[in-house]
Amino acid sequence: MGLLSKKDSKLILDPLADNNPITIQVLGICSALAITAELEASIVMAISVLAVLAIGNVVISLMRNIIPSKIRIIVQLVVVAALVIIVDLILKAYSYQLSKTLSVFVGLIITNCIIMGRFEAFALANGPWRSFLDGIGNAAGYGLILVIVGFFRELLGSGTLLGIQVLGDPIEKTGLYALGYENNGFMLLSPMALIVVGMIIWVQRSRNKALIEDH
Amino acid sequence: MEHLELFLKSIFIDNMVFATFLGMCSYLAVSKKVSTAVGLGAAVIFVLAITVPLNWLLDQYLLQPGALVWLGAEYAEYDLSFLSFIMFIATIATMVQLVEIVVEKFSPSLYNSLGIFLPLIAVNCAILGGSLFMQSREIPTLGLATVYGIGSGIGWFLAILSIAAIREKIRYSNVPAPLRGLGITFIITGLMAIGFMSFGGMLTGGDEEPQEEQKTVMPKEEINTTPSIENKKAEEKKENEKVLANNIKVNE
Repeated sequence: MGLLSKKDSKLILDPLADNNPITIQVLGICSALAITAELEASIVMAISVLAVLAIGNVVISLMRNIIPSKIRIIVQLVVVAALVIIVDLILKAYSYQLSKTLSVFVGLIITNCIIMGRFEAFALANGPWRSFLDGIGNAAGYGLILVIVGFFRELLGSGTLLGIQVLGDPIEKTGLYALGYENNGFMLLSPMALIVVGMIIWVQRSRNKALIEDH
Repeated sequence: MEHLELFLKSIFIDNMVFATFLGMCSYLAVSKKVSTAVGLGAAVIFVLAITVPLNWLLDQYLLQPGALVWLGAEYAEYDLSFLSFIMFIATIATMVQLVEIVVEKFSPSLYNSLGIFLPLIAVNCAILGGSLFMQSREIPTLGLATVYGIGSGIGWFLAILSIAAIREKIRYSNVPAPLRGLGITFIITGLMAIGFMSFGGMLTGGDEEPQEEQKTVMPKEEINTTPSIENKKAEEKKENEKVLANNIKVNE
């Protein structure tokens, strides 16, 4: 990338794999898992977090020299809350059905630990452009896990992707269902999200031994 | 009876961690030792028990459409509900600051062991989630809101206590290396959540779930499945979605 120096592109690429916010830093799991039963909801959630984190990082970074450190948490919360209200209103205006499905989880972006974590760890100490890249990178790393989990849960749970039936019709018995394949309804239940993330962590750490923890 | 029912429901059936995944960050990070887990769990119960009723009052007398009518008839049209996120989080941040001061004063050892996680209660999704669910489920009275706050807190406490106990013991087991630490914790939590799902029939007698919840979430699917409703597959699918709807908990 000619536009970005090596150091800058590292900001974006690192959180995608070896420093992933969900599987390595253990941040932002709270509002993530409950909405991954459908791929569409996962994608919308990922985009919302991307917007909030990138813009929020820039705002905090611009204000970093004038925020008194004692009240910084409240300042950060107000910035996130304002951004989340905007996202929520946009969602309500343009895709009401989806905002009903996401219900309170849009509001819970406010308390998404990734956002506060990045504000604290990065935006308070770096310039706006680098903070913006950092925000994009981390939100993308978060979105990546969300989309992977959403993909598997929707595919195996209801045999659809983005609401389109990709494995054939379960009622008419076409496609895979003609061979006796059954949807695994269990994948739609919330506990499976945790187990799928556990599997992702397993795969990731088997490939990169350096990430293995000792208990 | 109503209070007891909501109390049990918020502890077991709608458990913060196992049914809605709220407060996972601190749940995963502070659950390495039982003693710290107990401290954080107690703090969460305390903060939830205060913030949920407070936010209920705010919601009832300030934020809901028409809530300002006590100021005079001309305010009846006002709808400030878009401000609820910011109001709720402000209440929570203030209360957490208060709890931090109290804990630092009366139990310095607990304060030290909780470390960074005490201020992080402010951004614990369980706390804000408690208030937001209180709002979206339209809990009717202040008493019920208090019961809901305490119940959800106890549910969270129970969850973190049990995972901390399991993690203390699992140190002696031979877990595959890549799963150690975080991975196995996720999977155990998943299994515990499956266990907690068995509480689902506790208060309904195991028969039927309320109908309208399912309608609010999946109207699209319903239209698809109604023509062949006698088909067993379709019914199974609906059944799954019903459970899903219950997990996501969307109320109009």
